[in-house]
Amino acid sequence: MGEPKSVEVKLESTLESVELAEEMVKHFAEQHGFEDDEVHQIGMAVRESVVNAVVHGNAYSAQKKVLLAVEAGGDRFLVRVQDQGAGFELKEIPDPLAEENLLKRSGRGLFLIRAFMDELSVRRLAPQGTEVVMVKNTPSNRHQGGS
Amino acid sequence: MSIKATTRQADGVTIIDLSGRITLGEGSSTLRETVRDLVSKGQKKILLNLGDVTYIDSSGIGELVSSFTSVNNQGGQLKLLHLQKKVHDLLQITKLYTVFEVHTDEAAALKSY
Repeated sequence: MGEPKSVEVKLESTLESVELAEEMVKHFAEQHGFEDDEVHQIGMAVRESVVNAVVHGNAYSAQKKVLLAVEAGGDRFLVRVQDQGAGFELKEIPDPLAEENLLKRSGRGLFLIRAFMDELSVRRLAPQGTEVVMVKNTPSNRHQGGS
Repeated sequence: MSIKATTRQADGVTIIDLSGRITLGEGSSTLRETVRDLVSKGQKKILLNLGDVTYIDSSGIGELVSSFTSVNNQGGQLKLLHLQKKVHDLLQITKLYTVFEVHTDEAAALKSY
């Protein structure tokens, strides 16, 4: 009752933005009926995505921003993260569970997002940038038999 | 809220008691520097007590893996103690639970070296 259905913020390309994004989305998820474990998963997925945007996408540039949008309509809790970097292809990201990658220091962020959310899509933006969209089915959707 | 690391010795093993969050930035670098410092002093038996670590992100996992390999490369052993459920689950889904030797009892962990 009375909770906003969507929110959108533009963030600086800093590590402080990562903390802010995670806390903001977790708070939003709590308000929309997710249980503690799911709130943790959503928060972590957002953290990983914003880290990618700040570190790999925008490379901490003060001129580049990260757009974070959350929509909690109907049966889906959707989070959108956009950066202004060079972009990447999802299929080019190595599988972190492969034997040869298991002991690598990095490369697990997108894997964790996929593990914690129900849907993940990535697309390049014009003229530059990447948009990551992740969706978690809301508790009411699952009770009705959603996956 | 970041991480705290304190070290103590028991039975020839250096135990690093960690508390807080191991995440990109200060948390990861504290762990890296603590382990690097011990390895440079010739400490080859290291036990990471994660009992009070409430949160690890992918950067923190990377730091655990990196610490593990750097100690291994020096002929040492780095083992984990007291994982909280969220950290345990994270190591399971990233298939690292079988890479690390994980203990739930400190005395047993010390004996395993």
